[in-house]
Amino acid sequence: MKITEEMVDYVSALSRLKLPLEEKTRMTGELEQIIGYMDILNQLDTTDIEPMSHTFPVKNVLREDVVEPSFPREALLANAPAPDGESYLVPKTVE
Amino acid sequence: MDWEIVIGLETHVELATRTKIFCSCTTEFGGAPNTHCCPICTGMPGTLPVMNKRVLEYAAKACLALNCEITRYCKFDRKNYFYPDLPKAYQISQLYLPIGRNGKVPIQVGQEEKIIRIHELHMEEDAGKLVHDNWIDQTRADYNRCGVPLIEIVTEPDFRSADEVIAYLEKLRSTLEYLGVSDCKMQEGSLRCDVNLSVRPMGSSELGTRTEMKNLNSFKAIARAIRYEARRQQELIEMDHKQVVQETRRWDENKDASFSMRSKENAQDYRYFPEPDIPPMELSEDYLADLRAGLPEMAQARQQRYVREFGLPAYDAELLTGTRALADFFEATVALGVPPKEVSNWMMAELLRTLKEKGIEAKNMALTPGTLAAIIKMVSDGKLNRSTASQVFSAVFDDDADPVAYVKAHGLEQISDAGLVEETVRTVLAANAAQVAEYRSGKQKVFGFLVGQCMRALKGKADPKVVNRTLREQLDR
Repeated sequence: MKITEEMVDYVSALSRLKLPLEEKTRMTGELEQIIGYMDILNQLDTTDIEPMSHTFPVKNVLREDVVEPSFPREALLANAPAPDGESYLVPKTVE
Repeated sequence: MDWEIVIGLETHVELATRTKIFCSCTTEFGGAPNTHCCPICTGMPGTLPVMNKRVLEYAAKACLALNCEITRYCKFDRKNYFYPDLPKAYQISQLYLPIGRNGKVPIQVGQEEKIIRIHELHMEEDAGKLVHDNWIDQTRADYNRCGVPLIEIVTEPDFRSADEVIAYLEKLRSTLEYLGVSDCKMQEGSLRCDVNLSVRPMGSSELGTRTEMKNLNSFKAIARAIRYEARRQQELIEMDHKQVVQETRRWDENKDASFSMRSKENAQDYRYFPEPDIPPMELSEDYLADLRAGLPEMAQARQQRYVREFGLPAYDAELLTGTRALADFFEATVALGVPPKEVSNWMMAELLRTLKEKGIEAKNMALTPGTLAAIIKMVSDGKLNRSTASQVFSAVFDDDADPVAYVKAHGLEQISDAGLVEETVRTVLAANAAQVAEYRSGKQKVFGFLVGQCMRALKGKADPKVVNRTLREQLDR
C-alpha cells in the first residue's frame, strides 16, 4: 500500500502532532515500510484460521468488586504541567 | 405537509458497582476533585487495567432483561480521541463485539402497545468532568468519574413521538432499577440520553438527515427538546427550503433551544482497535442460566399480580410498583399479616405523601414494614383512632421509632371507656343547648359541629364511630 503525504497529514492531525517537513517525509517512508510488512502477512493463506484479537489464549481475567484506597491526590497531580492543588488545569475546552 | 418524526436513542446508564470498571477506586458520587483516582483511571503509562466481575454480571443481566441476544465471546476495543476529559486519550469501549444485540422493549402509550428494538448494548468507561472557570479562563479537569462503569443502550430509530421516548425511558429506568444494576438518577448523571432525530414527509420510508442532541438531563427536557428540534427541522425544510445538516446539538434548558456544537464535516475517525490490555470474556451457558434464574420479578408482572392476588385497583398497583423499594416494602408489610388493601391505603396516602414532602426516596427511608404493620394493627384492634394513627406515623417515620411505645409515652391510646364517652357527650350537649335545640328542630347540619366539640373534649383520642353513636343516642332520646 502506497502511503501518501496527505495520509500522513491526516494521521498526524488525528494524533495532534505537528510534523516539520523533513519529519513528514521520513514518516511517509517509515509508515510505508510498516504497512508493507502487513502486505507480506496478507500473502499468507488464513482461510481456516480463526481470527484472534489477543496473542495469548487468556480469557475472563476479572477482579472482585472491592474498594481499595485511591492514590494521594498530590502524588497524582505531581506530574501535571498545571495543577491548582485540586484539579488539572487545561486550556478552555467549552464550545 | 404532514411530517413524521423519527427518533433513535442512545442511553448511557451508570452501573451501581462499588468500584470502577478497570480499577479498585470507589464510584461514590461527589467527593473532592481527583480524590477517587489512581494511576489506572488517570491513564498513567505502564498500568494494567483489570475488568470488574460485577460490571460483566450487571451488563449481562441488563441484556437478559431487555431481551437481547448475548454475545457469548465478547471483548473491548479502544476508541481514540483527544479531549481533556479523557486522560488516557482513549476510551475503553466495545465496537465489534458488544455484549448484547437485537433486544426488544415493549412499551405502552395510551392504549397502544409497541416494541422498541434495541440495536446493541455495550460496556464502556465514563469520562471525567470538566468545569470551566471564567475568572482564570481555564478549565478544571476532575477525573473522579473516569472509569465509572457504563452501559450504553442504542435503540433502532423506532420512536415516532416524545411520548414514546418517555414511555421507553420510564420502562428502562424501572427495569434497571428492579434489576438493581443502576439507581438511574438523572440529576446525578447516572442515566443520560442522546436523542437522534430526523423528520420525513408522512408515508415516506426514507430516513431524513438526523441531528444528535446532547445535554438532556431530565425527562421534561427530553420531551421539550424533541418538540423543539422536530419543529426546527420542519421549518428549515418547509419555510427556508434548506437541508438539515448532520450535526451534534446541545440543548440549553434555560434558553429552551438547541445549539450546534461541532459540525461533523470532519467525520470522526476514532481509529478503533482491539483493546490489548483486557483479555476477551466468554460467557458460559451455566453462567447465563444462573443470571437468568436470579432475575427479579419486574414492575409490570408485580402490578398484575397485585391486582390478581390482592384484589388491588390497577391504579394502586401501578403506584406501589413505581420503585422496587416501594414494592418490596408493600410485600413485606403484607407478609406480616396486614390486609393488602389497608397497607396500600396507608402507603398511597401517608407514605407517598411523606416521601414527597421530605424529598426522599423509598429506598433511603428508615421506616420498616414492621412499624407500619404495628400502626395498622393498633387501629384495627381499636387501640388507636385513624387520625391519631396518622400523627403517630409522621412522628415515627424519620427514625423508625417503636409506634406502640410512642403511643404509650404520649398517652394517645384510644379511649375505650364507654362511660367516659357518654359522660363527655352529656357535658357537651348541656353546654351547647342552642345547637341541640336546632338539631332537634330538624337542622341536621349542627350534628357535625357537636361531634367536633365532643372529639375536642376527648382530645381526639376517642373512636369517632363510638362518639357518633353515643351522640345520636343522646340527641334522639
